[in-house]
Amino acid sequence: MKRKEFIKKAALSSFAVLLGTDIVFGSKILKGYTPIALQGPDDPFTLFKKDKGMVVLNDKPWNIEAQAHLLNDDITPNASMFIRNNGLVPEGIDANTWTLTIDGESAAIQKTYTLAELKSKFKHYTYQLAIECGGNGRNEFDPPAKGNQWTVGAVHCASWTGVRLKDILEDVGIKSNAVYIGFHGVDKHLSRDPKKEPISRGCPMAKAMQDETLLAFKMNGKDIPLVHGFPLRLVAGGWPASVSGKWVNRISVRNKVHDGTKMEGAYKVPCNPVAPGEKVKEEDMCIIESMPVKSLITSPKTGAIISGKSLKIRGHAWAGELEVAKMEYSIDFGSTWTSCPIGKPANRLAWQHFSATVQFPKSGYYEIWARATDSRGLAQPMLLPGWNPKGYLNNACHRIAIKVK
Amino acid sequence: MESNFPTSLRIVIIRAMLKLAGLLLLILIAGGVYLIRDIHLKNAAYEASIAKTVVEDTFNEEEWDKIENGIHVRTGLIDAEGLMTVVSNCTSCHSAKLITQNRMSAERWNETIKWMQKTQGLWELGGNQEIIVNYLVTNYPSKKKGRRMILENIEWYELEN
Ligand code: HEC
Repeated sequence: MKRKEFIKKAALSSFAVLLGTDIVFGSKILKGYTPIALQGPDDPFTLFKKDKGMVVLNDKPWNIEAQAHLLNDDITPNASMFIRNNGLVPEGIDANTWTLTIDGESAAIQKTYTLAELKSKFKHYTYQLAIECGGNGRNEFDPPAKGNQWTVGAVHCASWTGVRLKDILEDVGIKSNAVYIGFHGVDKHLSRDPKKEPISRGCPMAKAMQDETLLAFKMNGKDIPLVHGFPLRLVAGGWPASVSGKWVNRISVRNKVHDGTKMEGAYKVPCNPVAPGEKVKEEDMCIIESMPVKSLITSPKTGAIISGKSLKIRGHAWAGELEVAKMEYSIDFGSTWTSCPIGKPANRLAWQHFSATVQFPKSGYYEIWARATDSRGLAQPMLLPGWNPKGYLNNACHRIAIKVK
Repeated sequence: MESNFPTSLRIVIIRAMLKLAGLLLLILIAGGVYLIRDIHLKNAAYEASIAKTVVEDTFNEEEWDKIENGIHVRTGLIDAEGLMTVVSNCTSCHSAKLITQNRMSAERWNETIKWMQKTQGLWELGGNQEIIVNYLVTNYPSKKKGRRMILENIEWYELEN
């Protein structure tokens, strides 16, 4: 069966199934609902212009991750950028009529800008920003954590161009009791219920007012691809990617912690450490802010068989709000570590690049482990960090397997 | 005797007529409701039949729920007891991939279902819930990973350096 045909069948089946189980819901959906899968040509790689090596974790909603070796570029190209969707990719977006509204209890006034106004009225800035899914590495937790089982590839560092959120907020005026901002986008909930938002998260005012927090309209110098948030995306480097809301048309300035969808029950970790598998009450969970220090060996691809005794490696390291201060690697499971140079970030919140030439004493099986340390002196653990119910913040060392002939 | 007879008879007749009218009214109402309900059901059934026609026109029914090497081809789910209950209740909003990526205990599956019912518009599953949860824990058991897994499924390749 051809892939396209298969998707078509799968989508139609949902109708039949719904009609079988719940006629009212089914007949409502039947009218005027063209599933996204039916619209695109062929497969997600063509649909979203992704590298064929990307791994599809879920096709409805689309959740697709990179592999370490696909992330070798200093600035991640679209082809290697992971996709995390909570709902359905919006359809029929018109940038010419797009507006952004600032509202909320703590906005001095409610104000709406057209996209053209945003672009002409405010100064443009470009930053390279490391954006990582809070659940990157979830697949390693034991007991397993619920959700998409991301391995290592839910991170990217693209170049984003846009206007500073703080410039807009200052133009609108914010009251002194402002605590948090919350974004709203136009993606649809999986159930197609128009009253449900798939995701509406945000960040405290301090993060919202940072220079690097942008409302972006360009990614790597071009219009943002649809699946990554065209025509307007909030980008907040160093924080869980879920803060970087896509298809944004409204930002609410709140007088309390934003209470949108996925602010409760998600993107939180226990405020105090817990034993693996322990139940944690919602009120004992704290919202994730900065992501922890982490690194990836992006070259060579794991599984290389080499004949010489030396090998060049390359990769990136990042540290949420902080900078990476030290980079090391080990070929003996942590008995010894060798430092290697780590470059300065292109700008604050960009990932940093490292490279090294690794020497092997004799032939055999090796693993190269990489370990970054942030400017506070916190290093990546070799083992999994503290277990948490939703499987966030796994920043354990990345490693690749090598055979020396 | 200008007796009471005709009067009482009249009363009896009027009473009977009133009762009859009431009964007729009841029948009318009940019939109407029945008819309206019937029309509604017929509409739903009609829409369902259209959908079914579309489905049947697009591909043949046999391939639709084809099992290959123990896998339900369309969803990727393992063919085992409860499969079709899972297919029909769990693969309409999101693909089965979101389900099969997860490894949970019965308790946590039940919690997840409750969460979807509370917040995501999942319907009541009744007796199907146990079938679904049994299917999931049996066919997608969790495996021990410990504090760090060994590197598995490495694709070895020759690298010129
Ligand atoms: C009415 C729609 C609907 C149906 C039907 C449905 N789900 Fe879900 N489910 C959702 C939504 C929405 C999410 C959240 C998706 C996201 O955020 O990526 C979800 C998430 C999940 C998750 C991930 C949970 C997590 O915490 O990340 C699992 C596992 C899951 N569903 C299993 C099931 C199973 C099993 C069934 C059948 C009993 C089912 N779903 C039926 C709507 C539905």
